[in-house]
Amino acid sequence: MSVKKIHKEQPETFEFSVKNMEAANKIVSNYPNGRQQSAVMALLYIAQRQNDNWIPLQAMKYIAKFLDMPYIKVYEVATFYSMYNLSPVGKYFFQICTTTPCMLRGAYDLVKVCKNKISEKENVLSEDGKISWMEVECLGACVNAPMMQVNEDYYEDLNDKKLEEIIETIYQNKIPKPGSYSGRINAEPVNNRKTLLGNKNA
Amino acid sequence: MLKDEDRIFQNLYNDSGADIESAKLRNDWNGTKEILEKGREWIINEVKSSELRGRGGAGFPTGLKWSFAPKEVGSRPHYLVINADESEPGTCKDRDILRFEPHKLIEGCLIASYAVNAHKCYIYIRGEYFNEGRKLQTAIDEAYKNNLIGKNALNSGWDLDIYIHYGAGAYICGEETALLESLEGKKGQPRLKPPFPALIGLYGCPTIINNVETVAAVPTILRRGAKWFSSLGRAKNTGTKIYCISGNVNNPCNVEEEMGVPLKELIETHAGGVVGGWENLKAVIPGGSSMPMLPKEICDNMKMDFDACVENKTGLGTAGIVVINNDQDIIKCMARIARFYKHESCGQCTPCREGSGWMWRMLERMAAGEATPDEVNMLFDVTKQIEGHTICAFGEGSSWPVQGLIRHFKDEILERNKFDPVVKKNKNIPYLVDQHLLEKENA
Repeated sequence: MSVKKIHKEQPETFEFSVKNMEAANKIVSNYPNGRQQSAVMALLYIAQRQNDNWIPLQAMKYIAKFLDMPYIKVYEVATFYSMYNLSPVGKYFFQICTTTPCMLRGAYDLVKVCKNKISEKENVLSEDGKISWMEVECLGACVNAPMMQVNEDYYEDLNDKKLEEIIETIYQNKIPKPGSYSGRINAEPVNNRKTLLGNKNA
Repeated sequence: MLKDEDRIFQNLYNDSGADIESAKLRNDWNGTKEILEKGREWIINEVKSSELRGRGGAGFPTGLKWSFAPKEVGSRPHYLVINADESEPGTCKDRDILRFEPHKLIEGCLIASYAVNAHKCYIYIRGEYFNEGRKLQTAIDEAYKNNLIGKNALNSGWDLDIYIHYGAGAYICGEETALLESLEGKKGQPRLKPPFPALIGLYGCPTIINNVETVAAVPTILRRGAKWFSSLGRAKNTGTKIYCISGNVNNPCNVEEEMGVPLKELIETHAGGVVGGWENLKAVIPGGSSMPMLPKEICDNMKMDFDACVENKTGLGTAGIVVINNDQDIIKCMARIARFYKHESCGQCTPCREGSGWMWRMLERMAAGEATPDEVNMLFDVTKQIEGHTICAFGEGSSWPVQGLIRHFKDEILERNKFDPVVKKNKNIPYLVDQHLLEKENA
């Protein structure tokens, strides 16, 4: 478990927007009566998305009331899982996978690029305040290593040059295309496919 | 090589689209109603005789697991939970099923929930797979619209609702009881077993938990017959499996192959060989990062199925094959895996919470050549004290890879770590206890 810092400056209030309230009610209805606590993880996501990709303490209190559960239980969940950000991150949040399969294919080159191009330290905003980055554990796209996640999208088969291009594109206010950057389709072997060729040519 | 027609996941590379029309062309949802009409007993027996073993890592026979669910529904409803919290380093097979073969999974959910008497099915997807989850949700919506699931699904009289539940980046939630805790909206800390989830699981109700690949394979097995499935591979290790080949190979890929396919064939034929040639191979992790690694000598003639792996003191796990060649620093690689386990330990049991950090720090020092020779045995001792002393299998998962390293590469560690703790001259090493002796004259 990683250490998670609660942000010093907290907003005074938090409330779901009308649209998010609808979504939250729908999620609660997915679970049996009296088991609304199950929805806490999904509701934390909604709060995170509504509040510029981080969760303030007020949101946890709000969700605790919403689901009729103790505040500390919401706090426990929010601090246990690594995908909840408890302090602000960049609008583009780079998560570089550096676990062994990615490391073998050069994930630390990507980390170097992030240090040069974004910020020297993890979780520190870039100069224009748009991007922040951090090292994360396995993101589950090992055959497309090295890879990273930016907000919800995966960028796969990277190298330092390609990552530099991606960062430049974002600095120019454009959103780079997610997916594989070596030109291959999904998880198929590049130029070496021996299986299911009938489907490919169909 | 396995014939293409025997591959279950025809759309593994998304050649033809994941929507329902394309899925039906691939034979999904064909005769599902007839399968359900044959009854529970028949389904469970057919799965049993196909000898399908769970694809999530432990390899537990699926038919047997289903038969543990109470035959009659009592006061408590039954649940089916699909484990799509794929976080084992080296494994990325479920992701492609969620993206490209969602209808196989949904059809499997319908059959499995019918077999275990469940009207509700939760699919627990890891939070990072947001886009994959969205694709699955699209497929679920399609299935509802076509009355494939929902009230009176396929006019078979069976009701089934499928919901997606997103995790939030905790590896431990892939453990089935931690997954249930997480599904109940708590921290993902595993429960003691027994009671097993089949009797007391989600919300205290009987719950069957299966991996994505297992459930997605079931419809095809039932359509083509258990005989067909068990004719592939060998006894107790039947069928096909998606192998994920990553690391230092020329063409890392996912590929579906027969159980018991030689490791060398997988790497050479499908993944384009080891970078620098087969002779440049150093070690292979055969089943995701929790399984002990194997040196080249064993890899030469290794077969990839559950029992062959156990014979070589490792495990098939999730079949995430990580190839490491001679250009890599093997101790550093294992130190990185140890860091992964330190990061992901849920903190519930002391041996694992503390031990995973010890292992990581010792391995980091060994990678840097700062350890003493007898620390290697000490490290092995630490792994033995974690293994078997924890609530869940995470203790084994974190200590086995370190044991594998020491078992096969002890000489290499010893060669690098010749640090002598006896201080002969005044070096400034702050962590040495007898530093104060140096201050005395003539020490």
